[in-house]
Amino acid sequence: MPPGPGQRDKHGYRKPKNAKGTFLRVFSYIQDHKLRLILVLIGIIVNAGANIAGTYMLKPIIDDYIVPWIGSANPDFSGLIGQLGLMLLIYSIGIAGSFLYSRLMISVSTGMLLQLRKELFTHMQKLPIRYFDSRTHGEIMSTYTNDIDAMREMLSQGIPQFVNSVVTIVGTFSMMVVLSPVLTALSLLMLGVMFFITKTIAGKSGKYFKARQGSLSKVNGYVEEMIEGQKVVKVFCHEDTVNGTFDKLNEELMHNTSTANTWANLMGPIMNNLGHVTYALTAAAGGLLAVGGFTGIGSIGAFLQYTRRFNQPISQLSQQMNNVMSALAGAERIFTLLDTPQEVDEGDVTMVNARLHADGTLTECPERTGTWAWKIPEEDGSFTLREVKGDVRLKDVTFSYDGEKTVLKNVSLYANPGQKIAFVGSTGAGKTTITNLINRFYDVQQGEITYDGIPVRHIKKDSLRASLSTVLQDTHLFTGTVRENIRYGRLDATDAEVEAAAKLANAHFFITHLPQGYDTVLTADGANLSQGQRQLLAIARAAVADPPVLILDEATSSIDTRTEALIERGMDELMKGRTVFVIAHRLSTVRNSNAIMVLEQGEIIERGDHDDLIAQQGKYYQLYMGMFELS
Amino acid sequence: MKKLFPFIKGYGVRSLLASVTIIAEVIIEVYIPYLMADIINVGIATGDVAFIMKRGILMIVMACLSLSMGALSARFAVTASAGFAKNLRAALFYKVQDFSFANVDKFSTASLITRLTTDVTSVQMVFMMMIRTFIRSPLMLISATVMAVRLNAKLAVVFAFAIPVLATFLVLIGTRAFPRFREMLKKYDSMNGEVQENLIAIRVVKAFVREKYETDRFIDSAEAVRAAQIKAEKLLVWNGPVSQYVMYLSMIAVCFIGGRLIVAGDMLTGDLMSFISYVTQILSSLMMVSMIFVSFIMTRASISRIVEVLDEKIDISDHNADASLAVKDGSIEFQNVSFSYAKDGNNLTLRNIDLSIKSGETIGIIGGTGSAKTTLVQLIPRLYDVYGGSVRVGGHDVRDYKIETLRDSVSMVLQKNVLFSGTIRENLRWGDQNATDAEIEAAAKAASAHGFITSFPDGYDTHLGQGGVNVSGGQKQRLCIARALLKKPKIIILDDSTSAVDTATDASIRKALREELRDTTTLIIAQRITSVMDADRIIVMDDGTVSDVGTHEELMQRSSIYREVYESQQKGVA
Repeated sequence: MPPGPGQRDKHGYRKPKNAKGTFLRVFSYIQDHKLRLILVLIGIIVNAGANIAGTYMLKPIIDDYIVPWIGSANPDFSGLIGQLGLMLLIYSIGIAGSFLYSRLMISVSTGMLLQLRKELFTHMQKLPIRYFDSRTHGEIMSTYTNDIDAMREMLSQGIPQFVNSVVTIVGTFSMMVVLSPVLTALSLLMLGVMFFITKTIAGKSGKYFKARQGSLSKVNGYVEEMIEGQKVVKVFCHEDTVNGTFDKLNEELMHNTSTANTWANLMGPIMNNLGHVTYALTAAAGGLLAVGGFTGIGSIGAFLQYTRRFNQPISQLSQQMNNVMSALAGAERIFTLLDTPQEVDEGDVTMVNARLHADGTLTECPERTGTWAWKIPEEDGSFTLREVKGDVRLKDVTFSYDGEKTVLKNVSLYANPGQKIAFVGSTGAGKTTITNLINRFYDVQQGEITYDGIPVRHIKKDSLRASLSTVLQDTHLFTGTVRENIRYGRLDATDAEVEAAAKLANAHFFITHLPQGYDTVLTADGANLSQGQRQLLAIARAAVADPPVLILDEATSSIDTRTEALIERGMDELMKGRTVFVIAHRLSTVRNSNAIMVLEQGEIIERGDHDDLIAQQGKYYQLYMGMFELS
Repeated sequence: MKKLFPFIKGYGVRSLLASVTIIAEVIIEVYIPYLMADIINVGIATGDVAFIMKRGILMIVMACLSLSMGALSARFAVTASAGFAKNLRAALFYKVQDFSFANVDKFSTASLITRLTTDVTSVQMVFMMMIRTFIRSPLMLISATVMAVRLNAKLAVVFAFAIPVLATFLVLIGTRAFPRFREMLKKYDSMNGEVQENLIAIRVVKAFVREKYETDRFIDSAEAVRAAQIKAEKLLVWNGPVSQYVMYLSMIAVCFIGGRLIVAGDMLTGDLMSFISYVTQILSSLMMVSMIFVSFIMTRASISRIVEVLDEKIDISDHNADASLAVKDGSIEFQNVSFSYAKDGNNLTLRNIDLSIKSGETIGIIGGTGSAKTTLVQLIPRLYDVYGGSVRVGGHDVRDYKIETLRDSVSMVLQKNVLFSGTIRENLRWGDQNATDAEIEAAAKAASAHGFITSFPDGYDTHLGQGGVNVSGGQKQRLCIARALLKKPKIIILDDSTSAVDTATDASIRKALREELRDTTTLIIAQRITSVMDADRIIVMDDGTVSDVGTHEELMQRSSIYREVYESQQKGVA
């Protein structure tokens, strides 16, 4: 992409760790376009070759077809015309080559980018939740924008230019040697000077670039934080203080940018003008040689053109190398993401639609029946079907996110089909973790979880998750209409089913009050809805999915108690016949559960139904009474 | 683009110098081939070694001069563009700081951040390129043409054909490519938007097993980006070869015409060679101009995003306010207030609000999701302006006060609150820059935060990460309350600020507020009825109107809504 929304170099100075390996791997992507790529190479070589040859034509044209006729009364221009015709032909071929490779390179580079993007996204979808926990969105996004951007530049410009430069340098150099070894030696001397200067400057600018990147990320970080907190800044009238701090950082950034960019930008004029010096030296030396009769004027003319052609790619070469290196660093990050192991899914039990017959037997069927069965492969290759009922058991489950801090300790519990199990406890007690283990966002380290008697690790993840519907505390909606968002729960749900689900969740009323009703487009994570309304949509989404097991993780925390009471009937309807796991702060939400687990620091400290727990007069009792001690 | 010119201020001289030095560089540079012609025409022709040496040295001196001019220009351009970016960034930042809540709502925070970071950086790049290349290339074009004409006017006729042909072609390609690039950028943005959204909602995607669905959607977007990119670049690809071709054709024409002129004795050989150099210079600078246009097109999106922020009209201003007016007490009055976020009379969020709150009263506000509780209280510190009617604080309309005066007296703890990176002490000092440690502690104690703060190894000097990530939700809320208390306001508003705090702590915070802020008007929005039931009066909100006002007992008797809320939280208790 063009340097539009994504910017490179946000994370500082880049260098690939394993340039060669990465380059070979990038190259492996080119394999698919091998034929086109060979044509591109031919195009580049033809173009560069034609340029060199065309320039060489200047020598015979001047020396053999113009100079000899000077002063002649009736000169013969046929030779000149012939030579110029040849020159035209050579250049035309060169241009054809240039057009060919530029055009082909578009399809090659965009094709590769598409391939990379597809792979990245497809792979990312299969990464474990753990991966997303340990990285910011910005970090992952930058792979899609900055890193792919750098790749694009390398593919569409960097590599072709690089090849072009190399061909031009080699070709030009040979021609220069042929034309005049003495003048070539002079050019080489100047080349040495150029290299020396380039190296010195590159070293200097590298140092200042780090400083610049440092200040840039400081300024950007501050901007980010203050814009996030802008409303708080306003409430506290802190605008002036904030602006003051910003000014300081901004000033520092300007200073560092000036220094770093000065060094970088000196390169252009220096190289350009050193080229002129070479040009001047060549002209003078060539003049001396011509006076001495060592060379013809045409040779000097051609040579002068060559010095121009020779210097240009050389001064660009270092820049191109830098670009390629930074693109390789980006490619390395892309590959790191691609190499991150996907979620392991060793499960072979799948969930299928089934029909329950009068005699109690099950048969698999393609259409939705509202009955599901686990399709369990047997050793002899056949399958047995077992009805999906929603019997979930945890046996001595111990779990830690990081291997150090144990989040769950020896948790055992069971949920019979159709039961409602609630988890109560303070933040960090491990409530959400339990549900994360049931749907296998994470895997248990010790103990076992079974689902209808089948260990969950034997169930294919897709089937397992399809059998559970989760309403999360942080409701996430997608760009699209309200209808599409509800339908996310089940893609083949009819409009009527979507509306029924919305009614069940008590969302129908507010949806019909939106400007375009169910066709209102939600933007930016549903920002135009209140938190409570978003939760209602999330409940509707879970309802339309119609799964055997339901997980409600603080699903009603942002809905006021009165509305909650209003949707209670709908929720009861939704929970009927399903196994339900409920996590809630609000005890009124969990009161009618079959069993309530009180968790503290990863352990179940109390369990039982509401009345049992009240009778126990333990933690739950205290919590419950805490609500009323003031009334 | 014109809108960005004022930001050169303070760096105008440098921008100008960058241009002047570049002009000097170009003129010297263009002069060099002219000298070269002398070497061949005079030096070689007469075999005058001394002349050749003299000219050669002159050329080198010229090149060095040109180098120093070029270097100076680079330095000027860099400092000017860094200064320009500084001004632009600062202007944007100040502007956003001036934004009212309504303004911020309009742009999302994420988009504001992009505008201030990446967009500014790309505009800076283009600015730098502009003051150098934009002047350099056309100037090169003109001066090289002038030199060529001086060298041989007849031969220069070639340019009379070549330049218009190439220019027309470049303009044609440029104008047709522009909309295609814009289209591609749009597709590109929406593709990235999809990735972003997917990242945010990855748990939902996985929970509903929608990986394939999402992947298919993404692939569609990625294919669309590719198609748009090919469509745009397909056009642009003509630029290079055609420019080159025109250049070569001119060279051949120059050789042909020049050859005849030389043979006829109307021109010298050296002139022909200089002429060929000029062909290269002229046409490649024309190509450069077209390339700048392309990169300019690419940044137009950034520029327009920046200008959008700068042009945003700030909808709350206190220019007509009386600076000497102070808030004398914490009384609040709503007189027939109506409000609309969309500023649309048919889409009112609040309707016919009439309320009168005495200074020092404690008021609870309760109501369903979307009943506009937050909207109501946000009008008091004038975070938004009313649509109709007026809100009065301390006996004056809130619009009569300087905003700072008003907000210093009205402290509001927002529902979505933010702590900043820095120590706890620094965060609390937001309320009062000059607060003593004792005052900070007192405020923390009142907010029931002192206990957990001192339990941290570094106490009040504990460093909070950005957004206060290392404290729990309840602790964060208590820190925010302490911060608001430090302001020693006349009115304090808690907007669902204790939702993550347990009931016992909640009660002790309210007790502290009642005892220590006796003269402060307190407004508490809460979901939990226990948080408001001991207030002097409770306002029951329903769908943008005040349904009832009264004490807990009164409301229990006459407000069905209040009773329902109460019962929904008490049910099952004997």
